[in-house]
Amino acid sequence: MSQRAQSAGTTIPFWRDERVIKGVAQVISAIVVIGALAFFVGNVIRAANARGLGLGYGFLRDASGMPLGESVIPYDPSKSYAYAFLVGILNTLKAALLGIVLATILGTVTAVARLSSNWLVSKIASVYIEIIRNVPLLVQLFVWYFAVFQKLPPVRESIQLPGSVYLSQRGLYIPRPVPMSTFWTWLLLTAIAMVLAIVLYTTLTRYRLQTGRTTYAELVAAAVLVLIPLAGWFLPGERPLTLELPEMGRFNFSGGLRLTPEYAAMVTGLVVYTGAFIAEVVRAGILAVDRGQFEAARAMGLKNIQVLRLVVFPQAMRVIIPPLISQYLNLTKNSSLAVGIGYVDLFYVGRTIINQAGQAVPVFVMVMATYLLMSLITSIILNIYNRRIQLVER
Amino acid sequence: MNRIPALSLVVLLILGMALSACAPAQPTECPECTPCPEATACPEATPCPEATECPACPVIPARGERLQTVISRGRLVCGVHTELLGFGYIDANGRNVGFDVDLCRAVAAAIFNDPEAVEFVPITAAERGPALQTGEVDMVARNMTWTSSREAQWGNFTTIMFYDGQGIMVRADLGVTTIEELDGATICVTTGTTTELNLADAFRSRGLSFTPVTFEQTSAVYSAYEEGRCDAATSDKSQLAAVRAGFANPADHVILDITLSKEPLTPAVPAGDDQWMDVVRTVMWVLINAEELGVNSQNVDAMMSSENPEVRRLLGVEGSFGQSDLGLSNDFAANVIRAVGNYGEIYDRYMGPNGLAFTLDRGMNRLWRDGGLIYAPPLR
Repeated sequence: MSQRAQSAGTTIPFWRDERVIKGVAQVISAIVVIGALAFFVGNVIRAANARGLGLGYGFLRDASGMPLGESVIPYDPSKSYAYAFLVGILNTLKAALLGIVLATILGTVTAVARLSSNWLVSKIASVYIEIIRNVPLLVQLFVWYFAVFQKLPPVRESIQLPGSVYLSQRGLYIPRPVPMSTFWTWLLLTAIAMVLAIVLYTTLTRYRLQTGRTTYAELVAAAVLVLIPLAGWFLPGERPLTLELPEMGRFNFSGGLRLTPEYAAMVTGLVVYTGAFIAEVVRAGILAVDRGQFEAARAMGLKNIQVLRLVVFPQAMRVIIPPLISQYLNLTKNSSLAVGIGYVDLFYVGRTIINQAGQAVPVFVMVMATYLLMSLITSIILNIYNRRIQLVER
Repeated sequence: MNRIPALSLVVLLILGMALSACAPAQPTECPECTPCPEATACPEATPCPEATECPACPVIPARGERLQTVISRGRLVCGVHTELLGFGYIDANGRNVGFDVDLCRAVAAAIFNDPEAVEFVPITAAERGPALQTGEVDMVARNMTWTSSREAQWGNFTTIMFYDGQGIMVRADLGVTTIEELDGATICVTTGTTTELNLADAFRSRGLSFTPVTFEQTSAVYSAYEEGRCDAATSDKSQLAAVRAGFANPADHVILDITLSKEPLTPAVPAGDDQWMDVVRTVMWVLINAEELGVNSQNVDAMMSSENPEVRRLLGVEGSFGQSDLGLSNDFAANVIRAVGNYGEIYDRYMGPNGLAFTLDRGMNRLWRDGGLIYAPPLR
């Protein structure tokens, strides 16, 4: 009897063999996916041919002829479409990177505030989160741009802040540091001072831990860090940096660095919106840390801030990172809403190229590929970090 | 977890390669669908279920297909502006009105004898090309400049209905009169327009600099300008006049006496259907010829008994000017004129001395015999 069962077990027909079933399922789903993809791509090509639309990328080399409002790299309309597209990519990165940094800070602070035992602080944080999360981002961007940044005083009546900083509806103008001939020597000196400060700090701390004597490691390091660059700044006659002040011309300020209202509205909108989501992510992470951990940390005499820094956050990070990744990705992708408020981002430049060059499909493929690539890079980097902080289970 | 990104990268690469590999598109026809046997096989009288399959195949619409589609749909789909006073806007009753909008109504009146048989699709400047290329609208009448590359890429432009030129509007208190005085200014402009490119050309050729602030929505451009975000705004002069009329204090703004470019505003239709193009173009010619012959919406019925053979031919009383070849009824011109009036009436309705929108001198848009440029081929 048992022999028969065993022999039956060894001769399972292939259609009931789990490995075969799994393999076939894989093949079928692969065929479906590839088939669907081939159909869509084929359809695009067929339709484009039928309507006489080119799908080539040759047009990218043509001069764009279109003016762009702001650019990280020098741009003028005689540059090519490809170059204009690059300007768009850099502008998107410029908004997304600053947005990610600021949103993380805002989100963390809000999360801690919402968990605070102070009633007022906690309620303010809750109200902020609930309002912001429940209003569409595009609406918020319009509010920021048209109702806040456009309502600043006109350029001729700019608000003058100390230190030649001017704020108007044309943006924020600040002095621009211009490196002089001695700048690089000074930078080298500063780098040396930094290395020296770190070396001093670690050796002195080690000495203190070994001998128990007070060494004032922080003070010494700080002194080195400040005094050497300061000496380098004033000693060699010419200052390493001079400031180019913004000056009011006939229409606008010229010179200085400018933060455009479009960029400001974009970053503010993204930070405030994503910050609310990050706050909830961080709060969930903190709440996921066992209460005993807080109590134990406090029992050891750690201050509140130390409890957070040394005990809670390292453990909360494991819960926070995965959803945080998707918030970062959302922020980057949401930057494409810039098209509504005239910030010259990737999608905006893409749309303008589509219109001016008449090439919809190739440009959309480029735009999609760029967003995908940005998202994948972000997610790969954070996944690596995530793997490093996860608990290593034995 | 990070195999998925790697995998999608590969997929992306394959997709990219597939698209770029197919880039040099050689034949312009689609071999699979051109025969389309079901449609020709079934006689029109019997409703044949298989026939529904055929229109789905992406072929160039055959001659006359668009007109048939419009007739069977029961309405014309027209891409228009909804925010531009005078040309395409929404009136107090929520109705689409304006010079361009009436051109759409004229076409609807020609086909259906009903100027209301139109579905208006609001499109932005940047959407005009794609809307024509994909053929999702039957025509676009949205203060669109006719250029050679648009003709080649977007669709077929019919006939110039409004001669315009690009102008610049500035605040009166700046005291600017020439383009050279605008060196270094911030200028608001709609993105995806010819004016955007002309502006860059005009400043570059003179060695001047400017900072552009661009938006896709026309309303955003002018609200930013009015708020003071820009020193100047540029567009077609007619548009500037329209916008200025809508400002709180029109007198604070001046339109400079500079013309940066030629802007022939022209309704267009999707490429590939010559008959449809002829239909729309002929309706435009009817409007112009009607003004020339003195036929208007008031006297159209009285004119039926006119002795003038040209008038009689126009109104379909005697002879023909190709109505049946176009697939339209013999009296379509009379229906058009009765519904929307002649060219001059449409102009005056919105931009004449007592126009609904604002007053703009007809200038170049007078009839050729009055010293303007409006001239249409004879209807015969």
